[in-house]
Amino acid sequence: MAHQAAGKHGYPAAARVGLWGWINQRLPIDAFLRSQVVEYYAPKNFNIWYFFGSLALLALVMQLVTGIFLTMFYKVGAATSFDSVEFIMREVPYGWLIRYLHSAGASAFFLVVYLHMYRGMLYGSYKAPRELLWLLGMFIYLALVAEGFLGYVLPWGNMSFWAATVIVNLFGTIPGIGPGLVEWIRGDYGIADATLNRFFSLHVVAVPLVLLLLVALHLVALHEVGSNNPDGIEIKEKKDAKGRPLDGIPFHPYYTVKDIVGVCVFLTLLAIVVFFVPTFGDLFLEKANFEPANPLSTPDPISPSWYFTPYYAILRAVPDQRIGALLMLIAVLSFSFLPWLDRSPVKSMRYRGWISKTFLGLFTISFLVLMYLGMRPAQEPYVTMARIFAVPYFASFWLMPFYSRIDAVEPVPERVTFHG
Amino acid sequence: MAKFAALVLTLLSAPLVLAAAEPAASDSAGSAPVRWEEWHAGNAVADTASLQRGARNFMDYCIGCHSLKYMRYQRMADDLKIPTSVLNAKLVAAGSTNLDYIVPAMPAADAANWFGKTAPDLSLIARSRSVDYIYRFLKTFYSDPGRSTRSNNLAYPSTAMPAVLSELEGVKAAVFRDAKSPSGGTATTEKVFDHFESIVPGTVTPEQFDGFVRDTVNFLDYVGEPVQVERRSMGTWVVLFLLLLSALAWMLKKEYWKDVH
Repeated sequence: MAHQAAGKHGYPAAARVGLWGWINQRLPIDAFLRSQVVEYYAPKNFNIWYFFGSLALLALVMQLVTGIFLTMFYKVGAATSFDSVEFIMREVPYGWLIRYLHSAGASAFFLVVYLHMYRGMLYGSYKAPRELLWLLGMFIYLALVAEGFLGYVLPWGNMSFWAATVIVNLFGTIPGIGPGLVEWIRGDYGIADATLNRFFSLHVVAVPLVLLLLVALHLVALHEVGSNNPDGIEIKEKKDAKGRPLDGIPFHPYYTVKDIVGVCVFLTLLAIVVFFVPTFGDLFLEKANFEPANPLSTPDPISPSWYFTPYYAILRAVPDQRIGALLMLIAVLSFSFLPWLDRSPVKSMRYRGWISKTFLGLFTISFLVLMYLGMRPAQEPYVTMARIFAVPYFASFWLMPFYSRIDAVEPVPERVTFHG
Repeated sequence: MAKFAALVLTLLSAPLVLAAAEPAASDSAGSAPVRWEEWHAGNAVADTASLQRGARNFMDYCIGCHSLKYMRYQRMADDLKIPTSVLNAKLVAAGSTNLDYIVPAMPAADAANWFGKTAPDLSLIARSRSVDYIYRFLKTFYSDPGRSTRSNNLAYPSTAMPAVLSELEGVKAAVFRDAKSPSGGTATTEKVFDHFESIVPGTVTPEQFDGFVRDTVNFLDYVGEPVQVERRSMGTWVVLFLLLLSALAWMLKKEYWKDVH
């Protein structure tokens, strides 16, 4: 046991003998895990909002695994896609389970990502030195939006077809190159077999590769700057004699065992959806998508998945389609500018004044109301309501340089606190 | 005062108010109009006996034109506990075997010529419309001599489908009345359905016919997602297991974190 003597930092050194030692002398697995997991210090005051990062990673892995199995039976093509999905639902053993896990998993992925982003807004996690971390997260979100849209087209139901028609036509509003660009994207004069095939390729190969790369970079950036926390305090500023943050605890085992609780609760909720309400009242799988794509029959209303409807409501609120598309784009991208829009001296909402809290509240309400309005038909009073609620949505972002500067702040404590 | 009350009620629900305000005008002597839009199928997809009757109904009355192209006879028989001998003798359509998908003998091209369009596949009708829609559709056929099918439908006006169940249900007429259009201030009137009247009695009682339709809708609900009963029963165990796992994970977390603070 002499070779098992404690290594530096009191952690048992990797055995330098045997197969594991042979591997570690050539590939530093032990050293990597030690520096990134066992000796990675996270603030000890994480609350419930801090579950959603690891859950997003779980959702990503789940989508990849279920997607691989679906791809074994799915037959891409305008003449075969719809039938093959029903084949999976009926004749592939447990195909229905894999499909529901994938369709409900997509919604779960967006839900945890939205909550993860909201956590960042709540505690100022995008502020220096975490601007790039936030920006990488936003790139992940944009890739996820693309992935979600492309995947939605693949079952080739009627809503797939018409959602693809509406969304791809948005590129036609780009001045000059618009019409040609739309044709290039579709590969045809309408949404057709060629479109479906390229969307499949992008959905199963291109975008997942981009997602994985971005997630890896997101984690590298996170481990460089360290996690923020509900108090918005930099734990690296107060260290003990050994250089360990006083308010930090090793990620493993503390946050690994804690995240397992989050994983179990998440899987329980997901299982309730998958086994008891897989369509989730038309929100996760729409009625119109149980009819094959039909260019001659338009579903009424055409509405995208719930996770896109806030932006869709803004698009439809503007009579001019070009301006509507532009505003929609700004609505999606607004999050990216938060690190530079926010001029508050403190990070966490806990120590900000009533103005910042009011605007965060307005953002929350307008986002949820717009989400609802985007699911309703494009008629009154929904259109007028969308116009009204778009104002606080944009104001909470673009007035931030002013209100965050003049807003009163409370003193931030020296050390992290535990509540809520 | 009564006028004011009537106005308020008109805004809420025009048909209701007219029946209440002018009871003498109605043939059915004051009975409320039939609110077929609010009928519910109320079927129970775990009821195997009902599904068996529904399968029989489908093979007797629907398979002539409608397919269930994603459904195999044998899968249906296995799920519905129908013996293969009964399946082959009573349910499998001429020209098919028990391993085939459920498709009608009528060629699609002929169907399109005879009815103006091919009858839609019904594998997913319960999912794309709803069980309530099918129930309302099957129960609101009425005589309309002006049309080529000599019938019409309230749930799907001008449907190409003839009233194929009229042998059982009998033939009924739809009684409409004039009602002020509830939308806008202009005094327009429109025909509003009030109630059905029997012209020719059917071979079964209204209660029996209702059960017939309910069984058929139930069967189509099953066909829409054959695994649904198994899915729910499996789900109970999965959720129970995950709840137990969550509790264990929570206790493990408590143990690890007891010294942190």
